[in-house]
Amino acid sequence: MTFIMSIMLPFIIILFLLLLVLGVVSYTHLENVFGIFIPYLALAIFLMGFLYRILSWAKSPVPFRITTVCGQEKSLDWIKANRLESPFTTLDVIKRLALEVLLFRSLFRNTNTELNEGPKLIHWSAKWLWLAGLTFHWSFFIILTRHLRFFTEPVPFAIQFIDKLDNLFEIGVPALYLTDALIVAAITHLFLRRVLVPKIRYVSLPADYFPLFLLFCIIGSGMFMRHIYKVDLIKVKELALSLISFRPALPEGIGVLFYVHLFFVCLLIAYFPFSKLMHLGGVFLSPTRNLANNNRSKRHINPWNYPVKVHTYEEYEDEFREKMKAAEIPVDKE
Amino acid sequence: MYDTGKIITGLIVFLCLITFPLWYDAFTGKAATKPEPKIITKEKQCVEATPYMRDSHMKLLIQWRDRVVREKMYSYKGSDGKNYTMSLTKTCLNCHSNKQQFCDQCHNYVGVTPTCWNCHIIPEEKS
Ligand code: HEC
Ligand code: HEC
Ligand code: HEC
Ligand code: HEM
Repeated sequence: MTFIMSIMLPFIIILFLLLLVLGVVSYTHLENVFGIFIPYLALAIFLMGFLYRILSWAKSPVPFRITTVCGQEKSLDWIKANRLESPFTTLDVIKRLALEVLLFRSLFRNTNTELNEGPKLIHWSAKWLWLAGLTFHWSFFIILTRHLRFFTEPVPFAIQFIDKLDNLFEIGVPALYLTDALIVAAITHLFLRRVLVPKIRYVSLPADYFPLFLLFCIIGSGMFMRHIYKVDLIKVKELALSLISFRPALPEGIGVLFYVHLFFVCLLIAYFPFSKLMHLGGVFLSPTRNLANNNRSKRHINPWNYPVKVHTYEEYEDEFREKMKAAEIPVDKE
Repeated sequence: MYDTGKIITGLIVFLCLITFPLWYDAFTGKAATKPEPKIITKEKQCVEATPYMRDSHMKLLIQWRDRVVREKMYSYKGSDGKNYTMSLTKTCLNCHSNKQQFCDQCHNYVGVTPTCWNCHIIPEEKS
């Protein structure tokens, strides 16, 4: 697929969906569809899809430990083992996986290979992807946590605290959240990286650009309605609370931008289980990460081994002894 | 399925986390509450139209502050033609002199705590 196709296809789809929700909410009275029906539908698709993906992964056997390690495996007592890089027990695995999930440790080791003039081949440490990736994911997580203020009544102290911390510098009113600034910077990096680096452009498909555009729209509409085109937050919270208490009631006049935001959020979560975004669950089920490297000390039996039907030489000889003798082939037993 | 115990545990933890608001609200039983800002003034109209005030009063306030502090302008003409002194305490809280029953009602509901009162005076509460 060419670059233009890869990037334009998702762009056009997103544009179409944006116009769709804007048009429908502005010119018809179908707010119910976008405010109640689609959110419930998206949530149902997300939950079922997520369960389905995890359970189907869980069904694949992992007969042999294929941990990717970069440290000394535990062996004899006098050889110093690196339990974090080559986990031996479940506890070691949990520690390693936790660091991987929380800090993206393996991405930190990312290197870049470049052929310079000379010709000179160099491998150098490339930390930008790690930095942008980590910033993006943590900001996203904090934004989601902050959003709980719309879904909880009374708002728990912890969430108010995170909120305070996030607009610590009180830039403007309503204050600019630090995570908003960070996530915009990070996602811009992640996007430009795909477009500007030829090698990455070559391997980027619509499935890579689509979630990026989706996130741009969600973050863009969210920040736009916080800072520029205000919506009625009281009604937003009424709607959110009514949705999660399963007594949906749609207040009038929230503001069309909110429906854009919500619609794109619904798209994201409905798309989630069927896309690369499933790495949220996948990282915990990657055999190279979640297994203890104990191949040498424990016997791992292949679960799909079945009893092999064998025909031993003794049986063979029993079967053909007379014929063998007749042909003067030596036999073990007379 | 393999490692059933671990995977099911993981899934249950995940489900509990993402459904946090559900059981939190079921526990507090307050999902149906709405803020009821009490209007105690005899005036009929706010500075601007009510829907605009509801969504964007913070933007109006900041516009007022900038005009006062940076441009020395003190008078604001509302869209109904009336003139108002641009002041948080003297104007807003003159009509809405019940901050706790008015401003705070909404703000607590959505978890915002404006820092304005660190410096600006809250007049004696009336109700
Ligand atoms: C109808 C409900 C409502 C009432 C009444 C109300 N507010 Fe607000 N106010 C809000 C909401 C909702 C926000 C949050 C807006 C956002 O985060 O985008 C807010 C935010 C603010 C902010 C910006 C704070 C920040 O950190 O973002 C200020 C300042 C403010 N209100 C002042 C007042 C004052 C002063 C009064 C009383 C005269 C008042 N408000 C009454 C709903 C209300
Ligand atoms: C002249 C008196 C007066 C002044 C001054 C005034 N208000 Fe109001 N305000 C009112 C009245 C009356 C209403 C109710 C209007 C209605 O019911 O439609 C109201 C409504 C509001 C609402 C919407 C409340 C709701 O129930 O949704 C907000 C928010 C608000 N005012 C904030 C402010 C802020 C902030 C200021 C200062 C910039 C201010 N008001 C100045 C009289 C005033
Ligand atoms: C650091 C202290 C401080 C904080 C916090 C603060 N202000 Fe002020 N504000 C001032 C000072 C000082 C003036 C100038 C008073 C004057 O010139 O008479 C002022 C003036 C104003 C004025 C115009 C004059 C008047 O009498 O009200 C408005 C409106 C205003 N501020 C709104 C706000 C709002 C809204 C917030 C909260 C988001 C806020 N201020 C937070 C210190 C502060
Ligand atoms: C994937 C999920 C979501 C993401 C990534 C997201 C992202 C954002 C961002 C970046 C903002 C800017 C302001 C801020 O950071 O708080 C925002 C604001 C907002 N979002 Fe979301 N959002 C999501 C889901 C939702 C949902 C489900 C709702 C429905 C209740 C919602 C309602 C809002 C509202 C009302 C604002 C404006 C807040 C304000 O004015 O202070 N969002 N969103």
